Amino acid sequence: MEAFLDLFREYDIPGAFWVNIQLTFWGAVISLLLGVILVMMRICPVSSLRGFATAYVEFFKNMPLTIIMVFMVLGMFGQLKLSFSDDFDINFFWLAVTGLALYTASFVCESLRSGINTVPMGQAEACRALGLSFWQSASQVILPQAFRGSVAPMGNTLIALIKNSTVAAAASVTTETSSVMSDMIEFHASQILQIFFIFALGYVILIIPIGLLTTYLSNRLAVRR
Amino acid sequence: MTNTATTTPVQDSPASTRPDGAESDGRPLVELRHVDKHFGDLHVLKDINLTVSKGEVLVVLGPSGSGKSTMCRTINRLETIDSGTILIDGTPLPQEGRELTRLRAEVGMVFQQFNLFANKTIIDNVMLAPVKVRHVSKQDAHDEAMELLARVGVDSQAEKYPAQLSGGQQQRVAIARALAMHPKVMLFDEPTSALDPEMVNEVLDVMLELAGEGMTMICVTHEMGFARKAADRVVFMADGKILETGAPDDFFEHPRTERAKDFLSKIIDH
Repeated sequence: MEAFLDLFREYDIPGAFWVNIQLTFWGAVISLLLGVILVMMRICPVSSLRGFATAYVEFFKNMPLTIIMVFMVLGMFGQLKLSFSDDFDINFFWLAVTGLALYTASFVCESLRSGINTVPMGQAEACRALGLSFWQSASQVILPQAFRGSVAPMGNTLIALIKNSTVAAAASVTTETSSVMSDMIEFHASQILQIFFIFALGYVILIIPIGLLTTYLSNRLAVRR
Repeated sequence: MTNTATTTPVQDSPASTRPDGAESDGRPLVELRHVDKHFGDLHVLKDINLTVSKGEVLVVLGPSGSGKSTMCRTINRLETIDSGTILIDGTPLPQEGRELTRLRAEVGMVFQQFNLFANKTIIDNVMLAPVKVRHVSKQDAHDEAMELLARVGVDSQAEKYPAQLSGGQQQRVAIARALAMHPKVMLFDEPTSALDPEMVNEVLDVMLELAGEGMTMICVTHEMGFARKAADRVVFMADGKILETGAPDDFFEHPRTERAKDFLSKIIDH
């Protein structure tokens, strides 16, 4: 037991989780913005925008996240010299957030699109018949209903994002959980089960409330027809 | 809009061709010329020629699949056409963009499935387009929306959501929502077909009142009673073609084509 507590003294485990929470938070905010833009492009009347959004979604949805992360560091930073900060930790953190956001945006777009499919065609026809523009129909009628119809898939996307934030290790974010866990196992191989248990439990504690919340919200916010 | 007086639903001109006192002054408001449309291999509209005058109430009858709903929907370009011309008040229906949106705002539409915005309250449903499209102030839009809702008898439900209302109430709100834009013409696409029987009359009453006030109306419906009472002219469609057109009494008493005789015998025998 003493050895178990020593693990907490030696390593900043809550701090590691905090890094993943921050990665998730910024990844969620940016991917939500990107995802909304993408889904509007996918349903808009301009075919070139629809084509671009489809290509984007197909590309990032089918690309392993690890490859995107490694590309962010070796390609964007290493070769193209894209840098967020002179401080290495801050720079790698935001490179990881960018990679996560670009990747997750395709799933946000798909979740929202499934939400849009729950909105009957007649809603858009009524908008058009009244003379509302595409933007007005989308912002006033279609997207508000689509958001409420896509709470459950959006919750799943958020859960996947939390777990995917550990792939930031591939983008040299050394303070996040999976990097810390590898370190701990390397130096305390005899306690490998305890170490696994700590991180497994940590993620379960983080994620279960999100599942409960999205189930509650998807019932609460469901559009009554 | 240059002529605001003619776009209001209420008219009180003394000139009258209808027993209910409404006017039909002969100026063509909606014109369809040689309109053709296909759904894939299916030829749904075959050389449709139709002129609706200002103030006229036109009822479109026909068996299901005859293309009457499709024709109604082409008038505000919810359905595109393959060839031909559609003119609204002398202006050809634009293809896309701002011009089309502006023209749609002048054509009111009432759907079979009501299509009230499920995420908005009744009052917001009625106010949305005047505020967003016509840039009417919120206060003015609210006042007029309440007047319209009172006219169709659902003003007490203004703060509720569509799903909390009966079908008949929802359809009356849908009519008020269309009227709030002061349309030049109203399209009714089977407005009572999705209603429980006891709610049909409350909607037809509103439509009769509107017809009496001189609104130009194109109604696709199966309500023969409404056609007899309100229509200036009846158009009978089958297989994508207009087979007959005439005064309602003429049509119901003396249908000329076999197809129309067959159709009428089937609905009147019950």
